[in-house]
Amino acid sequence: MVRLQREDFDIGAEIARLTHGRTDIGAVATFTGICRASNEGEAVAAMTLEHYPGMAEAEIARHVEEAQSRWPLLGVTVIHRYGRLVPGENVVLVVTTSSHREAAFAAAEFLMDYLKVSAPFWKKEERAGGGEWVAARNTDTAAAGRWTGPDRKPEAAE
Amino acid sequence: MKLLYFAWVRERIGKPEEEIDPPASVRTVGELVAWLSGRGEEYAYAFENAKVIRAAIDHTHVKPDAAIAGAREIAFFPPMTGG
Repeated sequence: MVRLQREDFDIGAEIARLTHGRTDIGAVATFTGICRASNEGEAVAAMTLEHYPGMAEAEIARHVEEAQSRWPLLGVTVIHRYGRLVPGENVVLVVTTSSHREAAFAAAEFLMDYLKVSAPFWKKEERAGGGEWVAARNTDTAAAGRWTGPDRKPEAAE
Repeated sequence: MKLLYFAWVRERIGKPEEEIDPPASVRTVGELVAWLSGRGEEYAYAFENAKVIRAAIDHTHVKPDAAIAGAREIAFFPPMTGG
């Protein structure tokens, strides 16, 4: 399931949604991205996440399908917030479930790596000098590239 | 066709979207960027470093050599910074 929303999410409730009543799940991996109070050594009072409605859902869903084709997953939830967020607030949640931990860990990391470089979201930070669009990081492109085999090319990589 | 702009591309151009009707000689995303850049200072500013601009046709990432024929919606934006 892929969800984009302004409001916060409840990690416990999202795990329960995937695991309730099931006895085949042996592993749940979750990743939560949280808004930090500083970036590149500068204080950040808040940030606003802009997204491309329609494409953001589609792009994340494509990568969820890709993850499901690579690993034996029993469930996947991705929630990404948009709008204005202050430090300490949740930004993004990835939950993966599987029979064993390897698939759950790997798929969660794969999804986050691709979310960073190919899901159409943009962060604008409120810094002392004014609003500043966050620059894309080469390390994120490199992280997504790790998953690329000879027949797989990440769309957003250089 | 409909054009959408996001993040600082949107801010530089000064609007989030518009309908355009480019001449038939504009066949690819890269040619569309060049054509848009000639429409005014705000477009030239937004596309001044064309190499960093990303594009999507109908919700799918595309390269500058992608054909625009049949596209309903083309979006231009900077590299993504979500997650």
